[in-house]
Amino acid sequence: MSASAAAAETPAATPAREPILSVNNIEVVYDDVILVLRGVSLDVPEGDIVTLLGPNGAGKTTTLKAISGLLRTENGEVTRGEVRFMGENIANMAPEQIVRRGIFQVMEGRRIVEDMTVIENLRLGAYTRKDGAAAVKRDLEMVLDYFPRLRERTGLAGYLSGGEQQMLAIGRAMMARPKLILLDEPSMGLAPLLVKEVFHIVRKLNKELGMTTLLVEQNAKMALGAASYGYIMESGKVVMDGTQADLLDNEDVKEFYLGGGGEHRKSFKNLKSYKRRKRWI
Amino acid sequence: MDLFFQLLINGIIVGTLYGVVAMCFVLIYKSTQVVNFAQGEFLLIGAWICWYILVQFQIPFVFGFLITLVFMAGLGIFIQMVVLRPMIGEPIISVIMVTIGLSIFMRALVNWLFGQNAVGFPEVFSTSSINIGGLYVQPAYLMSFVISIVIMAGFFYFFKYSRYGLAMRATAFNQQVAQSLGISVKQVFAMAWAISAMVSALAGVVVGMVNGVSSALSFIGIKVFPAVILGGLDSIIGAVVGGLIVGVLENMAEYVDGQFLYWGNMLTIAPFWVLIIILVIKPYGLFGTKDIERV
Repeated sequence: MSASAAAAETPAATPAREPILSVNNIEVVYDDVILVLRGVSLDVPEGDIVTLLGPNGAGKTTTLKAISGLLRTENGEVTRGEVRFMGENIANMAPEQIVRRGIFQVMEGRRIVEDMTVIENLRLGAYTRKDGAAAVKRDLEMVLDYFPRLRERTGLAGYLSGGEQQMLAIGRAMMARPKLILLDEPSMGLAPLLVKEVFHIVRKLNKELGMTTLLVEQNAKMALGAASYGYIMESGKVVMDGTQADLLDNEDVKEFYLGGGGEHRKSFKNLKSYKRRKRWI
Repeated sequence: MDLFFQLLINGIIVGTLYGVVAMCFVLIYKSTQVVNFAQGEFLLIGAWICWYILVQFQIPFVFGFLITLVFMAGLGIFIQMVVLRPMIGEPIISVIMVTIGLSIFMRALVNWLFGQNAVGFPEVFSTSSINIGGLYVQPAYLMSFVISIVIMAGFFYFFKYSRYGLAMRATAFNQQVAQSLGISVKQVFAMAWAISAMVSALAGVVVGMVNGVSSALSFIGIKVFPAVILGGLDSIIGAVVGGLIVGVLENMAEYVDGQFLYWGNMLTIAPFWVLIIILVIKPYGLFGTKDIERV
């Protein structure tokens, strides 16, 4: 599926909408000395898919962990700025409190509990829910309907294929009924066909369940295909942002993230001067 | 031959009790990565507290026992929070030294409070043996067997179906993953120590009813190590099987020793011999986990 065809499917961003999550100029320090994020701001409107793109080490995962509170498990801290979720500043809160408020992070590399079965993993996702066993059971059925191939897997989750594990990780997040889901590189280590399937599911969940998603990706083409708005990060800063159409049309994004790009190939000499001009290559 | 079967039955009954204590040990090891050398002292303290409440206040056994359980849960949480929480992230050898110190401290404290001498437990079950198919079993032992089986079934249900059990397994698998699911790791740690202390105390009370309450109770903690290591250190089922093996082995060793060899005291060392043999063949123990690797 081409990026432009995917674009037609996603709802257009309406800028007037109140963001459910707004990150204001946060600074993150690891181990009290290592400055990783230097003023990151972004908004996620309710019901949208927003993507965060950028090269390795730009701070995308750190941004997600700052939002979900998992930063604390790695001795990191938000030292400046605030993370507002539904009006409340949740920066530096314990991760279990943030999950209870409705933010659920699907960590990079799936991170399912390998020595549990599929069903046990899914039930674990509902750990923080208080609305009773019947509702959880209903959602379990719903998740299994979304991922029919998980239904057939009765063994330990550790033996699932990479794609199935990713689906299980997303399904486990759905079980928590989060208001905002943070997806960290769902395409990592998956075959291209499975990447397509995973993104198809992300879009489907967004459309059918209104799942608000903040998506971190290396695969810019797929991510921009699904998202209505995108941010591009480099060395701990947001260097560019725009709607899906803006970013897909942007010559620089085309060249450095989507491949191919402009009609004529730039010479290497120009590229170097360009690098000096724009910091976010 | 009668003696053989009698000892076999004794072995199975004692073995299930070892299995229960071994499960408590594994519970703490699995969820908090602490090798708890003070496990036997939980039996000791539990039995003494229960004895003290029953003798001092003359209340029915059930109430005294419930109070003991509540006390032990509090003690477990207290030890976890005050003694072991500061040790998170410290080298394993430091943690082991702390639990060994804890065991010495608790044993000394109990000796100081209650004295060295063994005391009899207020009679709850008749101590005269009953005859089951030609074999003599004390009702208290029978009770201990039933209680052990119930506890094992309880553990199975807890870890398989309850959300707290699942949370504990997730924490044992990976603490960061558990936190990302909204599980409070501190809460899980406290819960592991509370359950472990309560169930150990229960085992202590059962043994105390049969053999009397004395500092000898804490030696069950030492007997449990071969059981746990046999089973594989991080497997609950392994702990049960290991406990059974150690219990039966002890009694079989006693039989062989008493009938044929006349070496004396073989029952105390036989489990350790078998432990060494099994570890040579299966270094992870019988049920120790090997990580799942997809190729």
